Amino acid sequence: MTTLPGGTAAGETTGGVQPAVHVRGLVKSYGGLTAVNGIDLDIHRGEIFALLGPNGAGKTTTVEILEGYRSRDSGEVTVLGWDPARQRAQLKSQIGIVLQSTGVERYLTVAETVRMYAGYYPHPRPVDEVIGLVGLDAKSNSRVNKLSGGQQRRLDVAIALAGDPDLLFLDEPTTGFDPSARRESWDVIKNLATLGKTVLLTTHYMEEAQYLADRVAVISAGQIVAEGDPATLANRELARARVRYRLPAGTAPPPGLAGPAEADGFTEFAPDDVTLALHQLTGWALEQRVSLDGLEVTRPSLEDVYLSLTSDPPGGQAGREEGSTA
Amino acid sequence: MSAVSMTATQIRYVNKSFWRNPASAFFTFAFPLMFLVIFTSLLGHYNVQIGTRTVNSATYYVASMATFAVITACYNNIAIQITFQRDAGVLKRTNGTPLPSSSFLGARMVHALLISVLLVAITAAFGKAFYSASIPTGLTLVRFLIVLVVGAASFCALGLAVTAAIPNAEASAAIVNATILPLLFLSGVFIPFGNSTPSWILWIARVFPVKHFFDGMKAGFLGTPFNWTDTLVVAIWGLAGLLLAIRFFSWEPRTG
Repeated sequence: MTTLPGGTAAGETTGGVQPAVHVRGLVKSYGGLTAVNGIDLDIHRGEIFALLGPNGAGKTTTVEILEGYRSRDSGEVTVLGWDPARQRAQLKSQIGIVLQSTGVERYLTVAETVRMYAGYYPHPRPVDEVIGLVGLDAKSNSRVNKLSGGQQRRLDVAIALAGDPDLLFLDEPTTGFDPSARRESWDVIKNLATLGKTVLLTTHYMEEAQYLADRVAVISAGQIVAEGDPATLANRELARARVRYRLPAGTAPPPGLAGPAEADGFTEFAPDDVTLALHQLTGWALEQRVSLDGLEVTRPSLEDVYLSLTSDPPGGQAGREEGSTA
Repeated sequence: MSAVSMTATQIRYVNKSFWRNPASAFFTFAFPLMFLVIFTSLLGHYNVQIGTRTVNSATYYVASMATFAVITACYNNIAIQITFQRDAGVLKRTNGTPLPSSSFLGARMVHALLISVLLVAITAAFGKAFYSASIPTGLTLVRFLIVLVVGAASFCALGLAVTAAIPNAEASAAIVNATILPLLFLSGVFIPFGNSTPSWILWIARVFPVKHFFDGMKAGFLGTPFNWTDTLVVAIWGLAGLLLAIRFFSWEPRTG
Protein backbone atom coordinates (compact mmCIF):
# COMPACT_ATOMS: atom_id res chain seq x y z
CA MET A 1 0.00 0.00 0.00
CA THR A 2 1.42 3.35 -0.98
CA THR A 3 1.30 6.27 1.39
CA LEU A 4 -1.23 8.91 0.54
CA PRO A 5 0.08 12.42 -0.08
CA GLY A 6 -1.59 15.42 1.50
CA GLY A 7 -4.47 13.37 2.85
CA THR A 8 -5.89 12.72 -0.62
CA ALA A 9 -6.38 9.35 -2.23
CA ALA A 10 -3.63 9.05 -4.80
CA GLY A 11 -5.26 6.12 -6.54
CA GLU A 12 -8.72 7.68 -6.81
CA THR A 13 -10.04 7.25 -10.32
CA THR A 14 -13.49 8.80 -10.10
CA GLY A 15 -13.85 12.37 -11.23
CA GLY A 16 -13.55 13.68 -7.62
CA VAL A 17 -12.20 16.98 -6.42
CA GLN A 18 -8.61 16.40 -7.28
CA PRO A 19 -7.66 16.52 -10.97
CA ALA A 20 -5.21 13.96 -12.36
CA VAL A 21 -2.86 16.75 -13.40
CA HIS A 22 -2.75 20.17 -11.81
CA VAL A 23 -0.31 22.81 -13.02
CA ARG A 24 -0.04 26.47 -12.07
CA GLY A 25 2.53 28.98 -13.33
CA LEU A 26 4.96 26.41 -14.70
CA VAL A 27 8.24 27.93 -15.93
CA LYS A 28 11.29 26.23 -17.40
CA SER A 29 14.30 27.79 -19.12
CA TYR A 30 17.32 26.27 -20.81
CA GLY A 31 20.18 28.72 -20.63
CA GLY A 32 18.66 32.02 -21.70
CA LEU A 33 15.76 30.45 -23.57
CA THR A 34 12.38 30.14 -21.93
CA ALA A 35 10.86 26.87 -23.11
CA VAL A 36 7.80 27.00 -20.85
CA ASN A 37 6.58 30.38 -19.76
CA GLY A 38 3.80 30.27 -17.18
CA ILE A 39 1.53 27.34 -18.02
CA ASP A 40 -1.67 26.54 -16.13
CA LEU A 41 -3.28 23.18 -16.76
CA ASP A 42 -5.95 20.95 -15.23
CA ILE A 43 -6.58 17.47 -16.56
CA HIS A 44 -9.52 15.65 -15.04
CA ARG A 45 -9.58 11.98 -14.19
CA GLY A 46 -10.83 9.72 -16.96
CA GLU A 47 -10.37 12.33 -19.65
CA ILE A 48 -8.34 12.20 -22.85
CA PHE A 49 -6.50 15.49 -23.03
CA ALA A 50 -4.46 16.56 -26.06
CA LEU A 51 -1.64 19.05 -25.99
CA LEU A 52 -1.16 20.57 -29.43
CA GLY A 53 1.65 22.74 -30.64
CA PRO A 54 4.42 23.09 -33.19
CA ASN A 55 7.88 21.62 -32.56
CA GLY A 56 9.74 23.77 -30.07
CA ALA A 57 6.60 25.23 -28.52
CA GLY A 58 7.27 23.65 -25.14
CA LYS A 59 5.07 20.55 -25.44
CA THR A 60 7.70 17.95 -24.74
CA THR A 61 9.28 20.02 -21.98
CA THR A 62 5.93 20.38 -20.24
CA VAL A 63 5.10 16.68 -20.53
CA GLU A 64 8.56 15.61 -19.37
CA ILE A 65 8.24 17.80 -16.29
CA LEU A 66 4.95 16.06 -15.50
CA GLU A 67 6.57 12.65 -16.07
CA GLY A 68 9.42 13.54 -13.72
CA TYR A 69 12.17 13.44 -16.37
CA ARG A 70 12.90 17.15 -16.02
CA SER A 71 12.99 19.60 -13.16
CA ARG A 72 11.05 22.85 -13.26
CA ASP A 73 12.31 26.33 -12.51
CA SER A 74 9.15 27.46 -10.79
CA GLY A 75 5.44 26.78 -10.55
CA GLU A 76 3.18 24.30 -8.84
CA VAL A 77 2.78 20.79 -10.26
CA THR A 78 0.90 17.78 -8.94
CA VAL A 79 0.34 14.58 -10.90
CA LEU A 80 -2.06 12.08 -9.28
CA GLY A 81 -1.46 14.00 -6.07
CA TRP A 82 2.33 13.67 -6.21
CA ASP A 83 4.98 16.25 -6.94
CA PRO A 84 6.91 14.72 -9.86
CA ALA A 85 10.12 16.48 -8.82
CA ARG A 86 10.14 15.30 -5.20
CA GLN A 87 7.93 12.18 -5.18
CA ARG A 88 8.96 10.63 -8.46
CA ALA A 89 9.34 7.14 -7.04
CA GLN A 90 5.72 7.03 -5.86
CA LEU A 91 4.50 8.58 -9.10
CA LYS A 92 6.35 6.11 -11.31
CA SER A 93 4.28 3.13 -10.20
CA GLN A 94 1.03 4.89 -11.17
CA ILE A 95 1.86 6.27 -14.59
CA GLY A 96 2.64 4.76 -17.98
CA ILE A 97 4.75 6.56 -20.53
CA VAL A 98 4.92 6.18 -24.29
CA LEU A 99 7.91 8.17 -25.49
CA GLN A 100 8.56 9.36 -29.02
CA SER A 101 11.48 7.01 -29.55
CA THR A 102 10.76 3.30 -29.35
CA GLY A 103 13.67 1.47 -27.79
CA VAL A 104 13.16 -2.04 -26.41
CA GLU A 105 15.30 -5.15 -26.04
CA ARG A 106 15.19 -6.38 -29.62
CA TYR A 107 15.69 -10.07 -28.98
CA LEU A 108 12.85 -10.65 -26.50
CA THR A 109 9.37 -11.64 -27.64
CA VAL A 110 6.32 -9.42 -27.27
CA ALA A 111 5.03 -11.45 -24.32
CA GLU A 112 8.44 -11.54 -22.61
CA THR A 113 8.82 -7.79 -23.02
CA VAL A 114 5.42 -6.99 -21.55
CA ARG A 115 6.00 -9.50 -18.72
CA MET A 116 9.39 -7.95 -17.95
CA TYR A 117 7.93 -4.45 -17.68
CA ALA A 118 4.88 -5.68 -15.76
CA GLY A 119 7.31 -7.10 -13.19
CA TYR A 120 8.50 -3.59 -12.31
CA TYR A 121 5.09 -2.55 -10.95
CA PRO A 122 3.35 -3.36 -7.67
CA HIS A 123 -0.05 -4.19 -9.23
CA PRO A 124 0.43 -5.14 -12.87
CA ARG A 125 -2.36 -5.91 -15.32
CA PRO A 126 -2.33 -9.51 -16.66
CA VAL A 127 0.11 -9.78 -19.55
CA ASP A 128 -2.28 -11.52 -21.98
CA GLU A 129 -4.94 -8.92 -21.31
CA VAL A 130 -2.56 -6.05 -22.06
CA ILE A 131 -1.41 -7.70 -25.29
CA GLY A 132 -5.06 -8.20 -26.25
CA LEU A 133 -5.88 -4.56 -25.54
CA VAL A 134 -3.39 -3.37 -28.13
CA GLY A 135 -4.30 -6.12 -30.59
CA LEU A 136 -0.97 -7.93 -30.64
CA ASP A 137 -2.32 -11.41 -29.63
CA ALA A 138 -1.16 -12.95 -32.89
CA LYS A 139 2.34 -11.53 -32.38
CA SER A 140 2.66 -12.57 -28.75
CA ASN A 141 5.54 -14.96 -29.39
CA SER A 142 7.28 -12.92 -32.08
CA ARG A 143 10.60 -11.30 -31.41
CA VAL A 144 10.38 -7.54 -31.09
CA ASN A 145 12.83 -7.01 -33.97
CA LYS A 146 10.37 -8.78 -36.30
CA LEU A 147 7.53 -6.31 -35.67
CA SER A 148 6.45 -3.60 -38.10
CA GLY A 149 6.66 0.04 -37.09
CA GLY A 150 2.96 0.19 -36.23
CA GLN A 151 3.17 -3.02 -34.20
CA GLN A 152 6.18 -1.71 -32.28
CA ARG A 153 4.25 1.43 -31.43
CA ARG A 154 1.39 -0.72 -30.13
CA LEU A 155 3.94 -2.65 -28.09
CA ASP A 156 5.01 0.71 -26.64
CA VAL A 157 1.42 1.28 -25.54
CA ALA A 158 1.28 -2.26 -24.13
CA ILE A 159 4.46 -1.64 -22.09
CA ALA A 160 3.00 1.61 -20.78
CA LEU A 161 -0.18 -0.26 -19.78
CA ALA A 162 1.64 -3.20 -18.17
CA GLY A 163 1.69 -1.63 -14.71
CA ASP A 164 -2.03 -0.80 -14.88
CA PRO A 165 -1.39 2.96 -14.56
CA ASP A 166 -4.02 5.55 -13.67
CA LEU A 167 -2.49 8.08 -16.02
CA LEU A 168 -0.99 7.44 -19.42
CA PHE A 169 1.33 9.81 -21.29
CA LEU A 170 1.37 9.38 -25.06
CA ASP A 171 3.95 11.51 -26.84
CA GLU A 172 3.07 11.65 -30.54
CA PRO A 173 1.86 8.06 -30.56
CA THR A 174 1.12 7.83 -34.30
CA THR A 175 3.83 9.95 -35.91
CA GLY A 176 5.06 8.19 -39.05
CA PHE A 177 2.06 5.85 -39.31
CA ASP A 178 0.16 5.09 -42.48
CA PRO A 179 -3.55 6.02 -42.27
CA SER A 180 -4.82 2.52 -41.46
CA ALA A 181 -2.23 1.94 -38.74
CA ARG A 182 -3.19 5.32 -37.30
CA ARG A 183 -6.87 4.30 -37.25
CA GLU A 184 -6.01 1.10 -35.38
CA SER A 185 -4.00 2.98 -32.79
CA TRP A 186 -6.80 5.46 -32.29
CA ASP A 187 -9.14 2.61 -31.49
CA VAL A 188 -6.66 1.31 -28.93
CA ILE A 189 -6.42 4.73 -27.28
CA LYS A 190 -10.21 5.23 -27.30
CA ASN A 191 -10.46 1.88 -25.52
CA LEU A 192 -8.25 3.14 -22.72
CA ALA A 193 -10.81 5.75 -21.78
CA THR A 194 -13.34 2.96 -21.24
CA LEU A 195 -10.91 1.47 -18.70
CA GLY A 196 -11.15 4.71 -16.73
CA LYS A 197 -7.62 5.81 -17.58
CA THR A 198 -6.63 9.42 -17.86
CA VAL A 199 -4.67 10.06 -21.04
CA LEU A 200 -2.39 12.99 -21.83
CA LEU A 201 -1.62 12.99 -25.51
CA THR A 202 0.69 15.24 -27.51
CA THR A 203 0.27 15.37 -31.23
CA HIS A 204 0.52 17.60 -34.24
CA TYR A 205 -2.21 15.79 -36.13
CA MET A 206 -5.42 17.76 -35.84
CA GLU A 207 -7.65 14.84 -36.88
CA GLU A 208 -6.06 12.85 -34.09
CA ALA A 209 -6.89 15.47 -31.47
CA GLN A 210 -10.36 15.91 -32.89
CA TYR A 211 -11.09 12.18 -32.91
CA LEU A 212 -9.57 11.25 -29.56
CA ALA A 213 -9.55 14.17 -27.19
CA ASP A 214 -12.24 15.32 -24.79
CA ARG A 215 -10.30 18.54 -24.37
CA VAL A 216 -7.35 20.12 -26.11
CA ALA A 217 -4.91 22.88 -25.28
CA VAL A 218 -2.81 24.67 -27.86
CA ILE A 219 0.67 25.62 -26.74
CA SER A 220 2.75 28.19 -28.56
CA ALA A 221 6.08 29.74 -27.53
CA GLY A 222 5.81 28.24 -24.07
CA GLN A 223 2.30 29.45 -23.34
CA ILE A 224 -1.17 28.01 -23.62
CA VAL A 225 -2.97 30.14 -26.18
CA ALA A 226 -6.30 28.27 -26.26
CA GLU A 227 -7.96 25.47 -24.35
CA GLY A 228 -11.26 23.67 -24.62
CA ASP A 229 -13.45 21.14 -26.42
CA PRO A 230 -11.93 20.43 -29.86
CA ALA A 231 -15.33 21.14 -31.45
CA THR A 232 -15.55 24.62 -29.97
CA LEU A 233 -11.89 25.59 -29.57
CA ALA A 234 -11.39 29.37 -29.85
CA ASN A 235 -15.14 29.70 -30.56
CA ARG A 236 -14.71 28.16 -33.94
CA GLU A 237 -18.32 26.92 -33.94
CA LEU A 238 -19.38 30.56 -33.72
CA ALA A 239 -17.09 31.73 -36.49
CA ARG A 240 -18.79 32.88 -39.66
CA ALA A 241 -19.56 30.18 -42.14
CA ARG A 242 -18.30 30.61 -45.67
CA VAL A 243 -20.28 29.62 -48.76
CA ARG A 244 -18.32 28.46 -51.77
CA TYR A 245 -19.43 27.43 -55.28
CA ARG A 246 -18.65 27.65 -58.98
CA LEU A 247 -20.81 28.87 -61.85
CA PRO A 248 -20.62 27.74 -65.49
CA ALA A 249 -18.32 29.97 -67.56
CA GLY A 250 -19.93 33.21 -68.69
CA THR A 251 -22.64 33.23 -66.02
CA ALA A 252 -22.65 36.33 -63.79
CA PRO A 253 -23.21 35.59 -60.12
CA PRO A 254 -26.22 37.07 -58.29
CA PRO A 255 -25.39 40.43 -56.66
CA GLY A 256 -24.55 40.27 -52.94
CA LEU A 257 -24.20 36.46 -53.03
CA ALA A 258 -20.64 36.10 -54.24
CA GLY A 259 -17.09 37.14 -53.56
CA PRO A 260 -14.32 37.87 -56.05
CA ALA A 261 -13.92 35.16 -58.70
CA GLU A 262 -10.93 32.87 -58.10
CA ALA A 263 -8.64 31.50 -60.81
CA ASP A 264 -10.37 28.10 -60.81
CA GLY A 265 -13.79 29.74 -61.25
CA PHE A 266 -14.85 29.32 -57.63
CA THR A 267 -16.19 32.17 -55.58
CA GLU A 268 -16.53 32.39 -51.82
CA PHE A 269 -18.35 34.74 -49.46
CA ALA A 270 -19.23 34.99 -45.77
CA PRO A 271 -22.91 35.88 -45.32
CA ASP A 272 -24.38 37.31 -42.12
CA ASP A 273 -27.15 34.72 -42.23
CA VAL A 274 -26.18 31.45 -43.86
CA THR A 275 -29.71 30.03 -44.01
CA LEU A 276 -31.08 33.08 -45.78
CA ALA A 277 -28.10 33.36 -48.13
CA LEU A 278 -28.34 29.67 -49.11
CA HIS A 279 -32.08 30.01 -49.71
CA GLN A 280 -31.56 33.02 -51.94
CA LEU A 281 -28.63 31.46 -53.78
CA THR A 282 -30.29 28.12 -54.51
CA GLY A 283 -33.58 29.86 -55.40
CA TRP A 284 -31.71 32.03 -57.88
CA ALA A 285 -29.92 29.00 -59.36
CA LEU A 286 -33.19 27.09 -59.87
CA GLU A 287 -34.80 30.14 -61.44
CA GLN A 288 -31.85 30.71 -63.79
CA ARG A 289 -31.46 26.98 -64.44
CA VAL A 290 -27.73 27.08 -63.66
CA SER A 291 -25.85 24.53 -61.57
CA LEU A 292 -23.85 25.48 -58.47
CA ASP A 293 -20.87 23.13 -58.86
CA GLY A 294 -19.08 22.11 -55.71
CA LEU A 295 -21.40 24.06 -53.43
CA GLU A 296 -20.23 23.85 -49.80
CA VAL A 297 -20.62 25.61 -46.49
CA THR A 298 -17.51 25.58 -44.30
CA ARG A 299 -16.50 26.75 -40.89
CA PRO A 300 -12.90 27.03 -39.63
CA SER A 301 -11.51 23.55 -39.01
CA LEU A 302 -9.52 22.72 -35.90
CA GLU A 303 -6.49 22.97 -38.13
CA ASP A 304 -7.42 26.51 -39.28
CA VAL A 305 -7.84 27.57 -35.67
CA TYR A 306 -4.59 25.89 -34.72
CA LEU A 307 -2.67 27.54 -37.55
CA SER A 308 -3.99 30.99 -36.73
CA LEU A 309 -3.16 30.47 -33.04
CA THR A 310 0.37 29.23 -33.62
CA SER A 311 1.45 31.20 -36.69
CA ASP A 312 2.40 34.30 -34.72
CA PRO A 313 4.02 33.37 -31.43
CA PRO A 314 3.51 36.04 -28.74
CA GLY A 315 6.58 37.77 -27.33
CA GLY A 316 8.63 37.11 -30.46
CA GLN A 317 10.93 34.70 -28.64
CA ALA A 318 10.46 31.17 -29.84
CA GLY A 319 10.78 28.54 -27.15
CA ARG A 320 13.12 25.65 -27.53
CA GLU A 321 12.51 22.07 -26.65
CA GLU A 322 15.62 20.39 -25.44
CA GLY A 323 15.73 16.71 -26.18
CA SER A 324 12.91 16.91 -28.69
CA THR A 325 13.65 14.46 -31.43
CA ALA A 326 11.09 15.71 -33.89
CA MET B 1 9.26 -7.42 -5.46
CA SER B 2 12.51 -6.71 -3.71
CA ALA B 3 15.43 -5.05 -5.46
CA VAL B 4 17.38 -8.30 -5.29
CA SER B 5 14.74 -10.41 -6.98
CA MET B 6 14.15 -7.65 -9.52
CA THR B 7 17.86 -7.69 -10.32
CA ALA B 8 17.81 -11.48 -10.62
CA THR B 9 14.87 -11.28 -13.03
CA GLN B 10 16.70 -8.60 -15.03
CA ILE B 11 19.76 -10.85 -15.30
CA ARG B 12 17.57 -13.59 -16.78
CA TYR B 13 16.21 -11.24 -19.45
CA VAL B 14 19.67 -9.86 -20.21
CA ASN B 15 20.95 -13.41 -20.56
CA LYS B 16 18.07 -14.35 -22.87
CA SER B 17 18.78 -11.35 -25.07
CA PHE B 18 22.49 -12.13 -25.09
CA TRP B 19 22.15 -15.69 -26.41
CA ARG B 20 19.46 -14.72 -28.92
CA ASN B 21 21.97 -12.59 -30.76
CA PRO B 22 24.16 -15.52 -31.84
CA ALA B 23 26.59 -13.49 -33.94
CA SER B 24 27.42 -11.24 -31.02
CA ALA B 25 27.62 -14.12 -28.55
CA PHE B 26 29.80 -16.20 -30.88
CA PHE B 27 32.38 -13.48 -31.39
CA THR B 28 32.48 -12.58 -27.72
CA PHE B 29 33.68 -16.14 -27.14
CA ALA B 30 35.68 -16.66 -30.34
CA PHE B 31 37.68 -13.43 -30.10
CA PRO B 32 40.07 -14.29 -27.27
CA LEU B 33 40.60 -17.83 -28.57
CA MET B 34 41.29 -16.50 -32.04
CA PHE B 35 43.87 -14.09 -30.63
CA LEU B 36 45.40 -16.84 -28.54
CA VAL B 37 45.91 -18.96 -31.67
CA ILE B 38 47.20 -16.01 -33.71
CA PHE B 39 49.68 -14.78 -31.10
CA THR B 40 51.12 -18.19 -30.30
CA SER B 41 51.32 -19.13 -34.00
CA LEU B 42 52.82 -15.83 -35.01
CA LEU B 43 55.39 -15.58 -32.26
CA GLY B 44 56.05 -19.30 -31.93
CA HIS B 45 56.86 -21.13 -28.74
CA TYR B 46 59.57 -19.36 -26.87
CA ASN B 47 60.34 -18.56 -23.29
CA VAL B 48 59.29 -15.40 -21.59
CA GLN B 49 61.36 -14.04 -18.76
CA ILE B 50 59.19 -12.75 -15.92
CA GLY B 51 61.34 -11.58 -13.03
CA THR B 52 63.37 -14.62 -12.11
CA ARG B 53 61.00 -17.08 -13.70
CA THR B 54 60.95 -18.36 -17.24
CA VAL B 55 57.59 -19.41 -18.65
CA ASN B 56 56.38 -20.76 -21.93
CA SER B 57 54.89 -18.13 -24.25
CA ALA B 58 51.69 -20.20 -24.67
CA THR B 59 51.00 -20.04 -20.96
CA TYR B 60 51.80 -16.35 -21.02
CA TYR B 61 49.24 -15.81 -23.77
CA VAL B 62 46.59 -17.83 -21.98
CA ALA B 63 46.90 -15.32 -19.14
CA SER B 64 46.99 -12.49 -21.70
CA MET B 65 43.86 -13.59 -23.50
CA ALA B 66 41.98 -14.33 -20.29
CA THR B 67 42.74 -10.74 -19.25
CA PHE B 68 41.77 -9.46 -22.67
CA ALA B 69 38.52 -11.49 -22.60
CA VAL B 70 37.47 -10.07 -19.22
CA ILE B 71 38.19 -6.50 -20.30
CA THR B 72 36.31 -6.98 -23.58
CA ALA B 73 33.29 -8.61 -21.93
CA CYS B 74 33.11 -5.96 -19.21
CA TYR B 75 34.58 -2.63 -20.24
CA ASN B 76 33.93 -2.80 -24.00
CA ASN B 77 30.60 -4.59 -23.97
CA ILE B 78 29.06 -2.60 -21.11
CA ALA B 79 30.13 0.72 -22.61
CA ILE B 80 28.92 -0.10 -26.12
CA GLN B 81 25.72 -1.89 -25.09
CA ILE B 82 24.65 0.82 -22.65
CA THR B 83 25.37 3.60 -25.15
CA PHE B 84 23.27 1.84 -27.77
CA GLN B 85 20.45 1.34 -25.30
CA ARG B 86 20.73 4.96 -24.23
CA ASP B 87 20.48 6.18 -27.82
CA ALA B 88 17.63 3.80 -28.65
CA GLY B 89 15.61 5.16 -25.72
CA VAL B 90 15.66 1.93 -23.67
CA LEU B 91 17.32 3.71 -20.74
CA LYS B 92 14.89 6.61 -20.79
CA ARG B 93 11.93 4.25 -20.95
CA THR B 94 13.29 2.18 -18.06
CA ASN B 95 13.97 5.34 -16.10
CA GLY B 96 10.24 6.13 -16.31
CA THR B 97 9.30 2.84 -14.60
CA PRO B 98 9.64 1.88 -10.92
CA LEU B 99 12.59 -0.45 -11.66
CA PRO B 100 15.50 0.79 -9.50
CA SER B 101 18.41 2.02 -11.65
CA SER B 102 20.73 -0.13 -9.57
CA SER B 103 18.76 -3.23 -10.63
CA PHE B 104 18.89 -2.31 -14.30
CA LEU B 105 22.60 -1.47 -14.38
CA GLY B 106 23.60 -4.02 -11.75
CA ALA B 107 21.99 -6.83 -13.74
CA ARG B 108 24.00 -5.90 -16.82
CA MET B 109 27.21 -5.74 -14.80
CA VAL B 110 26.61 -9.06 -13.06
CA HIS B 111 25.80 -10.67 -16.40
CA ALA B 112 29.03 -9.34 -17.92
CA LEU B 113 30.86 -10.71 -14.89
CA LEU B 114 29.32 -14.16 -15.34
CA ILE B 115 30.21 -14.12 -19.04
CA SER B 116 33.78 -13.15 -18.04
CA VAL B 117 34.09 -16.14 -15.74
CA LEU B 118 32.84 -18.40 -18.52
CA LEU B 119 35.26 -16.81 -21.00
CA VAL B 120 38.23 -17.27 -18.68
CA ALA B 121 37.25 -20.88 -18.06
CA ILE B 122 37.01 -21.55 -21.79
CA THR B 123 40.30 -19.78 -22.51
CA ALA B 124 42.03 -21.70 -19.74
CA ALA B 125 40.57 -25.03 -20.93
CA PHE B 126 41.58 -24.27 -24.50
CA GLY B 127 45.08 -23.32 -23.38
CA LYS B 128 45.39 -26.47 -21.32
CA ALA B 129 44.13 -28.71 -24.14
CA PHE B 130 46.14 -27.26 -27.01
CA TYR B 131 49.14 -25.58 -25.42
CA SER B 132 49.50 -27.55 -22.16
CA ALA B 133 49.23 -24.29 -20.29
CA SER B 134 49.09 -24.62 -16.53
CA ILE B 135 45.89 -23.54 -14.81
CA PRO B 136 45.38 -22.38 -11.23
CA THR B 137 44.31 -24.90 -8.58
CA GLY B 138 43.72 -24.98 -4.83
CA LEU B 139 44.40 -21.78 -2.92
CA THR B 140 45.78 -20.12 -6.04
CA LEU B 141 42.41 -20.74 -7.68
CA VAL B 142 40.53 -19.01 -4.85
CA ARG B 143 42.85 -16.02 -5.04
CA PHE B 144 42.59 -16.07 -8.81
CA LEU B 145 38.78 -15.99 -8.65
CA ILE B 146 38.85 -13.00 -6.29
CA VAL B 147 41.15 -11.15 -8.72
CA LEU B 148 38.84 -12.11 -11.57
CA VAL B 149 35.65 -10.91 -9.87
CA VAL B 150 37.19 -7.65 -8.61
CA GLY B 151 38.69 -7.03 -12.05
CA ALA B 152 35.48 -7.80 -13.92
CA ALA B 153 33.38 -5.60 -11.61
CA SER B 154 35.90 -2.76 -11.85
CA PHE B 155 36.08 -2.86 -15.64
CA CYS B 156 32.25 -2.94 -15.76
CA ALA B 157 32.16 0.21 -13.61
CA LEU B 158 34.74 1.87 -15.86
CA GLY B 159 32.69 0.88 -18.91
CA LEU B 160 29.66 2.50 -17.31
CA ALA B 161 31.66 5.65 -16.53
CA VAL B 162 33.03 6.00 -20.04
CA THR B 163 29.48 6.16 -21.50
CA ALA B 164 29.33 9.71 -20.12
CA ALA B 165 32.13 10.64 -22.53
CA ILE B 166 30.54 8.91 -25.54
CA PRO B 167 28.33 11.36 -27.47
CA ASN B 168 26.44 8.77 -29.54
CA ALA B 169 26.25 5.05 -30.23
CA GLU B 170 28.07 5.32 -33.57
CA ALA B 171 31.10 6.73 -31.75
CA SER B 172 31.04 4.12 -28.97
CA ALA B 173 33.22 1.42 -30.52
CA ALA B 174 35.81 3.97 -31.65
CA ILE B 175 36.05 5.63 -28.23
CA VAL B 176 36.10 2.33 -26.36
CA ASN B 177 38.89 0.96 -28.55
CA ALA B 178 40.86 4.20 -28.41
CA THR B 179 40.83 4.09 -24.63
CA ILE B 180 41.55 0.39 -24.11
CA LEU B 181 43.71 -0.88 -27.00
CA PRO B 182 46.73 1.38 -26.29
CA LEU B 183 46.53 0.42 -22.62
CA LEU B 184 46.52 -3.28 -23.45
CA PHE B 185 49.77 -2.79 -25.40
CA LEU B 186 51.26 -0.42 -22.82
CA SER B 187 50.51 -2.98 -20.10
CA GLY B 188 52.34 -5.81 -21.80
CA VAL B 189 49.21 -7.84 -22.41
CA PHE B 190 49.82 -8.45 -26.11
CA ILE B 191 53.61 -8.19 -26.19
CA PRO B 192 55.56 -9.09 -23.03
CA PHE B 193 57.73 -6.37 -21.50
CA GLY B 194 61.42 -6.97 -21.99
CA ASN B 195 64.48 -5.52 -20.30
CA SER B 196 64.58 -2.60 -22.72
CA THR B 197 60.97 -1.44 -22.19
CA PRO B 198 61.10 2.37 -21.89
CA SER B 199 60.39 3.72 -18.44
CA TRP B 200 57.49 5.92 -19.59
CA ILE B 201 55.63 2.79 -20.64
CA LEU B 202 56.34 1.19 -17.27
CA TRP B 203 55.00 4.30 -15.59
CA ILE B 204 51.77 4.28 -17.57
CA ALA B 205 51.40 0.59 -16.82
CA ARG B 206 51.83 1.35 -13.12
CA VAL B 207 49.17 4.08 -13.09
CA PHE B 208 46.37 2.42 -15.04
CA PRO B 209 44.48 -0.68 -13.92
CA VAL B 210 45.16 -3.03 -16.87
CA LYS B 211 48.69 -4.07 -15.89
CA HIS B 212 47.68 -4.59 -12.26
CA PHE B 213 44.78 -6.78 -13.28
CA PHE B 214 47.02 -8.65 -15.73
CA ASP B 215 49.60 -9.24 -12.99
CA GLY B 216 46.86 -10.73 -10.82
CA MET B 217 45.78 -13.03 -13.64
CA LYS B 218 49.38 -14.00 -14.42
CA ALA B 219 49.92 -14.99 -10.80
CA GLY B 220 47.11 -17.51 -11.26
CA PHE B 221 48.33 -18.98 -14.53
CA LEU B 222 52.11 -18.55 -14.29
CA GLY B 223 52.72 -18.82 -10.59
CA THR B 224 54.41 -15.42 -10.56
CA PRO B 225 54.41 -13.56 -7.23
CA PHE B 226 50.95 -12.49 -6.16
CA ASN B 227 50.43 -9.04 -4.75
CA TRP B 228 47.22 -7.80 -3.12
CA THR B 229 48.27 -4.24 -3.99
CA ASP B 230 47.50 -5.03 -7.63
CA THR B 231 43.94 -6.03 -6.75
CA LEU B 232 43.60 -2.94 -4.58
CA VAL B 233 44.66 -0.62 -7.42
CA VAL B 234 42.13 -2.29 -9.73
CA ALA B 235 39.43 -1.93 -7.09
CA ILE B 236 40.23 1.76 -6.56
CA TRP B 237 39.91 2.36 -10.31
CA GLY B 238 36.61 0.49 -10.27
CA LEU B 239 35.34 2.55 -7.37
CA ALA B 240 36.38 5.77 -9.10
CA GLY B 241 34.56 4.57 -12.21
CA LEU B 242 31.45 3.86 -10.19
CA LEU B 243 31.51 7.32 -8.57
CA LEU B 244 32.02 9.01 -11.94
CA ALA B 245 29.16 6.95 -13.38
CA ILE B 246 26.86 7.92 -10.51
CA ARG B 247 27.73 11.58 -11.04
CA PHE B 248 27.73 11.83 -14.85
CA PHE B 249 25.67 8.90 -16.15
CA SER B 250 22.91 9.92 -18.55
CA TRP B 251 19.64 8.03 -19.05
CA GLU B 252 18.76 10.08 -22.08
CA PRO B 253 20.26 10.24 -25.56
CA ARG B 254 22.65 13.11 -26.07
CA THR B 255 21.35 15.75 -28.44
CA GLY B 256 23.50 18.06 -30.52
